Amino acid sequence: MRKLTGAILATILATPFASADPVDDTLILNEETELVTRTTAPAHVSDALDEVMSGWLFRGTETRAMQADDFDNPGMIFVEQAQEMWETAEGSEGKSCSSCHNDMESLAGVKATYPKWNEAAGEVRTLQMQMNDCRTNRMGSDAWKYDKGPAINMEAALSSVSRGLPVNVAIDGPAQSAWELGKELYYTRNGQLELSCANCHEENYGNMIRADHLSQGHVNGFPVYRLKNTKLNGVHSRFKGCIRDTRAETYSQGSPEFVALELYVASRGNGLSVEGPSVRN
Amino acid sequence: MELTRRRAIQIGVGALLISGLPFRASASTEDAIAAFTGGAEVGSGDVKLIAPEIAENGNTVPIEVSSDTAKEIMVLATGNPTPSVATFKFGKLAASRAASTRIRLAGTQDVLAIAKLEDGSFVQASRTVKVTIGGCGG
Amino acid sequence: MATGVKPRVKVPKSAAAGDTVTIKTLISHKMESGQRKDDDGNVIPRSIINRFTCDFNGENVIEVLLEPAISTNPYLEFEAMAPEAGEFKFTWYDDDGSVYETAKNIAIS
Repeated sequence: MRKLTGAILATILATPFASADPVDDTLILNEETELVTRTTAPAHVSDALDEVMSGWLFRGTETRAMQADDFDNPGMIFVEQAQEMWETAEGSEGKSCSSCHNDMESLAGVKATYPKWNEAAGEVRTLQMQMNDCRTNRMGSDAWKYDKGPAINMEAALSSVSRGLPVNVAIDGPAQSAWELGKELYYTRNGQLELSCANCHEENYGNMIRADHLSQGHVNGFPVYRLKNTKLNGVHSRFKGCIRDTRAETYSQGSPEFVALELYVASRGNGLSVEGPSVRN
Repeated sequence: MELTRRRAIQIGVGALLISGLPFRASASTEDAIAAFTGGAEVGSGDVKLIAPEIAENGNTVPIEVSSDTAKEIMVLATGNPTPSVATFKFGKLAASRAASTRIRLAGTQDVLAIAKLEDGSFVQASRTVKVTIGGCGG
Repeated sequence: MATGVKPRVKVPKSAAAGDTVTIKTLISHKMESGQRKDDDGNVIPRSIINRFTCDFNGENVIEVLLEPAISTNPYLEFEAMAPEAGEFKFTWYDDDGSVYETAKNIAIS
């Protein structure tokens, strides 16, 4: 069975432009902030990769340019919408996010450490889970649906104030077992096509799959404004899409498996700059 | 001059270009052109169209049109269900006869820019844009 | 009125008289093309921004007629001339009759 899958993979990947290196380019945001899009691989992934590279380097010229300017970046429209939400009181307590957190800029650095262990809750949490905790327990409002409108917009906004800071998620201590689970999911082959995340993103980054340029699959650029659907996309939704594409039953957004996988995948990009909202195909 | 195969092809392509018809001209592309030009001949000259050779994604393709003396520039996507894309009309305070936007292309096709120049003549430029399908379909 | 439609423009704060200024505009709008079908197979009706104008102190800079082939969140970039200080006015016209407007001042340096 493995040979057959290998043959299928080989057929898909063997095209006239079988391999195309990521570009040699520097991401400078708004002509002032330089983002790190390439760096030495963190220790826990150094046996598999020498260097970790942002998905930005795998996209075409026009797409890269779109992300370099906050006006040209359509993802920023949604950040603006979230900034308005930030100031809007909601729920029984009559509070807005700003009531407790003041400026959004004061939360710079937060996105870079998520997903992370929450001691009080006894679980690893993603940023959206933490936001919903605030909304339900402190604002007396209802939780936002995972990866949908207001939730993904707010995640993009919180990411935008962390741009340029290095991704730095903790993989040890209480988060370790979730990280191990995420790692196992990453390397397990799935579905009718029997593909694991690693098959494409570790073993074949830089190669073309049909006309797509495979990246290393980091999540430092999430939420992503995809040209394909002209909206912001969240990490779990992307996991779901990828797994569905291997023709497998997939976990759902917000599930513990995806939280674990997000933690693991985020850690593979430790050292790259937070980029979200990024622009991809 | 001996008529080689290469020469014959060159003459054929030249004739196509001069006649102003794009490769896969649908009836509606011709109609759109005729409505814009009133049936006048379309030559080549003072109009430029910048579009990527390969579109990262057909849903959002950045393009730019420019000209020195155009009053109006119309953009057509000859392979779309309806070819009309946009018409730019430059006013008195336009510093240049140029504009950029992002368009949707249904598949690999020729994109046309037809300009109505100040002297009343029409010129066109065209670019083939390859629109691809992503890897896993995802 | 389509929901969530928000215009944004980028205009330099000042320029020398008669200088060329680059103007970028973006409006968050779905631009429903009329080509898509819903889950039941019915065509989702077209609903787009179909026209855009930019004027400066009452004089026209550019007019754009937009068709369904313009991408979601229409982006338009062009160059204008500011012969004096004043106000750029930007107007977007929606299929459903709504009109969205915003304005930006420019000083002469």
